Parts: sequence; structure tokens; C-alpha cells
Amino acid sequence: MTNLRIPTPLRNYTGGKSEIQIIGHTVAEALDDLIAQYPDMRQHIFNEDGQLRPFINLFLGEDNVKDLKQGLDTPLDENQRLLLIPSIAGG
Amino acid sequence: MTLIILPELIRKLRAHAETSYPEEGAGLLLGTADGDTRVVESILELNNAREPGARHNRYLITPQDMLRAEDEAAQRGMVVLGVFHSHPDHPAQPSDFDLKWAMPWFSYLITSVASGTTVECRSWRLAENRGSFSEEPIEIHAPAPLPDIKAS
Repeated sequence: MTNLRIPTPLRNYTGGKSEIQIIGHTVAEALDDLIAQYPDMRQHIFNEDGQLRPFINLFLGEDNVKDLKQGLDTPLDENQRLLLIPSIAGG
Repeated sequence: MTLIILPELIRKLRAHAETSYPEEGAGLLLGTADGDTRVVESILELNNAREPGARHNRYLITPQDMLRAEDEAAQRGMVVLGVFHSHPDHPAQPSDFDLKWAMPWFSYLITSVASGTTVECRSWRLAENRGSFSEEPIEIHAPAPLPDIKAS
């Protein structure tokens, strides 16, 4: 199990929890488990094509998973903490 | 659905928007939420992290700044309620780009600035289906004090 930090705007979907536990051997599997637990969150995480929305970032330590060689296939260790942190943008 | 904000914070927001002109200025709103009423108690003025050539109509707050803001809010007994940003020479209404990048639950307070002078501030919340925004009334005053409760 891995801990996932949930940002403020998505905590409505987790009953107010800022940290949840998710299961997955990779970041992608962890996201699948997140949506399985909280399906109403899907549309804010993924677009209509099933791609991660551009403002969704996942950090392992200081590393943004988007910048890692394996991307969403990056493996997860049991004691790692994943942080879901959005970029805030508009204009 | 109401956003309550202190007069001095609105003044700060407007000043930030004018100082940022002709670029978009942006930051985060911190405060407390009780049901559908939010009280903004502090604002965090942040760097617009977009490249210089894009800042006239785009803003970006990095995930690192967002994380720091959430941690600061938590330490102060608050939460990040939403985002403020300015629209230089453009109405205080969300653009298609604002819609595409919006987060649920957040209040989006937009300040229009015309020729360097603020025109108005309006606040918006994303619809659950991500298809539109609903306008959120802004009340500019201190939050109402709690009633005295006499011990029996």
C-alpha cells in the first residue's frame, strides 16, 4: 500500500481526507485504484481520451513522475508516498 | 454559494492586478469554508510562472507553490479556497482556457484591468460536469461575529 496526498480541491471526493491509501505496483496502477475508490474524481484526473489532464502532477519525493523515464509506469515501493499536486493555470 | 472577503484583501488584490498589468497576476486565496460559504482570510501573491511572452493572457502557479500554500494554510488553520488572477483589458469572466484548466471546488476570483486600472472583481466556481462556471456572489466585509453563548 502507498499513501497518496490529495489536494484541497479534490478532497470533496474523498470525504475530506487529505491522505488515502492506494494499491498499485506502478503509478498508473495506483491511479487506477484511486479512481476505483473514488470514481467521481475520474473526470478531473483524466480527459475524455483517458489521458492524464495536463494540470495533474504526481510527485515521488521531489520528482515529478512526468519527468521520469518510465512516466506513469514508474514502479512504486510499499513505503513510498505519492503526492497529487495540481498546477494552477488559466488566463 | 458566497465568497466573503475583507475590504483590505480586495484592495490588495486590485493593487496586485494593477502592478502586474499588462501581464496577468495570480495567487491563491486562503481561508475557511462552512458549507457553501467561504471566508477569505489571507491571500498569497505568487509569481506568474508562465514564460514572459505568454503572461499577457496566461498564468501558471507551479505545483511546488501550490504545495507550499497548502502546507502554510494547514499550519494557520485554513485551507486553500481558490485562485485569484487578473484579466488585462479583458472582462472578469472565465475564458475557455480558464475552463480547461479549472479545478473543482475552488473559487476563481478574476479581476478585470482596463488600461492599468481595475474595473471589477467577480468570482466563479466550476460546474461538476466541467462544462461551465457558475458565478459566486462576493461580499466585501468582515465575517459576522459568532453570537455570545451565555453559560446556563
